[in-house]
Amino acid sequence: MERHFDEQLRELKEQLLRMAALAEESIATAVSGLKDRNEEETRAVFEIEEQVNQLDIEIDRRCFELLALKQPMAVDLRFIVSSDRIGSELERIADQAVNIAQRALDLLKHPPLKPLMDLPRMAGLAQGMVRDALTAFVNRDEALARDVCRRDDEVDALNDQIFRELLTYMMQDAKNIERAVDLILVGRHLERIADNATNIAEDVIYLVKGKTIKHHYETRDFSESET
Amino acid sequence: MENGVKMEARNLNFWYGPKQALKNINLKCPTHKVTALIGPSGCGKSTFIRTLNRMNDVVPATRVEGEITLDGESILGSKVDVVELRKIVGMVFQKPNPFPKSIFDNIAYGLRINGMKNRRKLEQIVERSLKEAALWEEVKDRLKDNAFGLSGGQQQRLCIARTLAVEPEVILFDEPCSAIDPIATAKIEELIHKLKENYTVVIVTHNMQQAARVSNYTAFMMLGELIEHGVTGKIFTNPENKLTEDYVTGRFG
Repeated sequence: MERHFDEQLRELKEQLLRMAALAEESIATAVSGLKDRNEEETRAVFEIEEQVNQLDIEIDRRCFELLALKQPMAVDLRFIVSSDRIGSELERIADQAVNIAQRALDLLKHPPLKPLMDLPRMAGLAQGMVRDALTAFVNRDEALARDVCRRDDEVDALNDQIFRELLTYMMQDAKNIERAVDLILVGRHLERIADNATNIAEDVIYLVKGKTIKHHYETRDFSESET
Repeated sequence: MENGVKMEARNLNFWYGPKQALKNINLKCPTHKVTALIGPSGCGKSTFIRTLNRMNDVVPATRVEGEITLDGESILGSKVDVVELRKIVGMVFQKPNPFPKSIFDNIAYGLRINGMKNRRKLEQIVERSLKEAALWEEVKDRLKDNAFGLSGGQQQRLCIARTLAVEPEVILFDEPCSAIDPIATAKIEELIHKLKENYTVVIVTHNMQQAARVSNYTAFMMLGELIEHGVTGKIFTNPENKLTEDYVTGRFG
């Protein structure tokens, strides 16, 4: 039986997907503005983030009301709780994009330190993780969600590599430090975005299986607690 | 409450003999919305809903003061045609009460009483009513069967179809799901959600989760008084009155 409630769940999903599209756009715009040294494009990120914030508030409200009014059970309950959490992760992703944009604006004041290759590559990986985490959510695809979680290691490794390279720039010449630190911070923000994408993927697995894999919970020996 | 008010109670007071059951009720029931009445047993919610189509008139020694309007016109005057009122403001009761007749005749009864004889027209209206009540597919091949052969949930939907047949504008539900199973309840709640597209619905329920699921507006009553009313979302997430909050959180009632 198609329920009126199903329509409301669909609306929630669509709103979340709109938010995800904006969050992805914020990353792409920030990194593009950074790479192309384009101030106008960089500043556009702030406006995108504002839209993401509005959707975050709206999704919070919607999830809260659905929980209060519809007494959802089982997969419906997990869906609403997951949606609320994913909304929060997307909001943090957009915040990180704003942080990248702020670093980009700082870097515009100086000549470029080096051609940017690894940071855009890292951004591509992080964006892909966000996109696939949301695809996994839409399709309730546990395998894809687990794959996203695995890819976090790749992003972390690239971040370490970028850090080591920038370290050598700083050691070569103190005049490089300011720009190198900004770039290290960009790497950090992208690494955080990948972590947020991993959190989304973990929420998807919870939605699909009703099991949490956060904090490597599955691999630890926790006894069942009695209630 | 925007978008028009279908029925309104103003300074409504009601007595059963010496006992005052409703105290100064002021409540608007918006058009094409579902208004739910909740509250502990004996709070007056059933008494109130029965004033909306003057069902309390059949109870001896009752007295009403104040005003109830339908589309702005009073329904309380002695000149009001109460039979006509009860067509426009129909009612579905707690216990399904089909007539001891066939499914078809249950619905055609009200129409025939009002003088309709054309068989084709009767058939059309019976079909339309059963479809509106989401019962047609289940009974279309056995319209001549006795209504008592239906399940409780089906009987209740038959009673809804019977009400719909005479083209009401308002439908009152007095605890419509108390006597039926959860699956049938879910079907009726879905039906109420569809009905509000064309009718104004007022529902009394002792099941506040049901009120939360189906209604647009909720009114909380206690000891004959209207404590708080408003948008359902607000009543169940952040009510203004502590009594309301205590009730919806299950601290009493």
